[in-house]
Amino acid sequence: MDWIQQLVNGISLGSIYALIALGYTMVYGIIKLINFAHGEVFMIGAFVGFYAIAGWGLGFFPALIIAMAVCAGMGMLIERVAYRRLRGSTRIAALITAIGISLFIQYLFIYFRGAQPEAYPEVISNQTFNIFGAQISSQSLMILGTSIVLMIVLQFIVHKTKIGKAMRAVSHDMDAARLMGINVNTTISATFAIGSSLAGAAGVFFGVYYTKIEPLMGVIPGVKAFVAAVLGGIGIIPGAMVGGLVLGVVETVVSGLGYSLWRDAAAFVILILILLFKPSGIFGKNAREKV
Amino acid sequence: MFFKKRMTAVLLASTIGAAGFLAGCGSDSAGGGESGDTVKIGANLELSGAVASYGEGIAEGIELAVDEINKDGGIDGKEIEIVKVDNKSDAAEATNAAIKLTENDDVVAIIGSATSGNTVAQAQVANNSETVLLSPSGTSPNVTVNEDGSLNDFVFRTSFIDPFQGTVAANFAANELGVKNVAIYADNASDYAKGLAASFKETFEAAGGKIVAEESYVAKDTDFRSTLTRIKSANPEFIFIPGYYEEVGLIVKQGREMGIDVPLMGADGWDSPKLVELAGGDSLNNTFITNHYSSGDPDETIQSFVTKFGEKYNGSSPDAFNALGYDSVYMLKDAMERAESTSDAKKIKDALAETKDLTLVTGIISVDEDHNPIKSATVLEYKDGEQVFKTKVDP
Repeated sequence: MDWIQQLVNGISLGSIYALIALGYTMVYGIIKLINFAHGEVFMIGAFVGFYAIAGWGLGFFPALIIAMAVCAGMGMLIERVAYRRLRGSTRIAALITAIGISLFIQYLFIYFRGAQPEAYPEVISNQTFNIFGAQISSQSLMILGTSIVLMIVLQFIVHKTKIGKAMRAVSHDMDAARLMGINVNTTISATFAIGSSLAGAAGVFFGVYYTKIEPLMGVIPGVKAFVAAVLGGIGIIPGAMVGGLVLGVVETVVSGLGYSLWRDAAAFVILILILLFKPSGIFGKNAREKV
Repeated sequence: MFFKKRMTAVLLASTIGAAGFLAGCGSDSAGGGESGDTVKIGANLELSGAVASYGEGIAEGIELAVDEINKDGGIDGKEIEIVKVDNKSDAAEATNAAIKLTENDDVVAIIGSATSGNTVAQAQVANNSETVLLSPSGTSPNVTVNEDGSLNDFVFRTSFIDPFQGTVAANFAANELGVKNVAIYADNASDYAKGLAASFKETFEAAGGKIVAEESYVAKDTDFRSTLTRIKSANPEFIFIPGYYEEVGLIVKQGREMGIDVPLMGADGWDSPKLVELAGGDSLNNTFITNHYSSGDPDETIQSFVTKFGEKYNGSSPDAFNALGYDSVYMLKDAMERAESTSDAKKIKDALAETKDLTLVTGIISVDEDHNPIKSATVLEYKDGEQVFKTKVDP
């Protein structure tokens, strides 16, 4: 029952991509900026979780909440310091700033703690269940379950709360929203906070699931999540979830067929194909609902 | 600020001046050395920088050997004098250090460096200045043999070469574990791992075994589950994973989680405490590595070395670098005695090339035509996160 095993592997990987992709897509939806520093927020989440677990001896959920909170703050800080004053400037200026911030965080982190990797402590007792011949670990179930809960909470925030309504309004038309009395800056801050906290959660999941964390760990997952966001249709929340899961499964299938060296290439081939044939992504349509 | 900078510059200049002066004194006494005082051997080692622990280990081994030899009356009645230079784990610095050793200190031989890259960086200097260069732990084949196949006349090594570990692992799998169907999962980004995988495959197939799966990964990957699933479905009885501990730790952990419980094996690239942290002691049970030596080996030469080392260094247990540094000095001593010269580098290198059945801590060695020692390798087994001596495999 190899394919069930591979599907489980792919969904676990995909749910991490999906959580990161959500942050990309939300930020893009609201200010049309590809926030390349998002991968670094993911890395910081992983390290905060690590220090909370290994240093303070906290459990999985308290560590997860602390990492999400720190990353939310981090996201707002990045937005306040780097992007807010570029709000009126060209999109390319903001994009280049994002790349600069990304490198700045990576190397600042290396400067202060060194580049050596860290091994995540085993915080969830790891049992494996045998389901239809596939080995499914309690860790991957926990990760999958928590990601689904986080995505449901996100949907609730976006569709049922006042701030969610404001986010949708700002993404639709920033000027009109401001005329309606919506505080645009606060709304954008909130978007960064929510997206970054999801990246922080993804960082902790990554650490628990893959054990090894290091200061440059955010680069590749960050870029992959960007591909996932484009695949689903950038700016569209359900698109990011589906895009992440699809990308995870595709990568796993490619490795599973014995082309493991082509795995990363596959992700970027998908990006190129999407941009060529359906630039608006799987969920893209003319009248988009964006956040 | 400006004042401070100038101060530093002045200090620096005076230090350099003093160093030059001292070095000048050094070469004067070397001039006297030729008439028969001491045997000057350089040590061009990584005493600071990224791989400082390797260089320091070698230096400790060298010092222990030199102490012993000098206490026993030295080589041919002459005491050994070690001139230690720090190459800062950097190839350019290694070249500079080699130039300093050969030109200012006039050494007859250089021991160093710990890594293959830093050794290659000084091979040219050694050949041109006709100084013997002996690398304790440079395991890449191109330390002694250039890319174009020509031999570095004056360059030798104490350790075995990378592909040899693949051969040893194959023999161990075929003979000791008695497995027939194996898988190889190699790091595709490193020449080291690819060399090991190729020699493993060749030897194992020659022994009648079958490679049922051959997969690769790239350094810095973190997700190995999908490829491991594929390997698992090929039902290997043993998996050979040449690579470095950062990825291997994750491969072992993820593989065990997926229910791959067959023996796993790697080489000295696994040898790091970080491996145990990443994989966890439990997952590492039933895994093996090849290495240069083990302090747990009951062999008499090794145990006497372990005791002597402990006496000199507060009871600490010597690692492979300590042992290789120690052996390097004895390898030179043996060659100098057979050459009946402690100053003629040409005679010494000819004698080194003819080294035969010399008993050292890391094995009984004979040097082959490529200046590589033929020696045994040690197989270690991980038991609850500890390396335990398993067996010795002859070439």
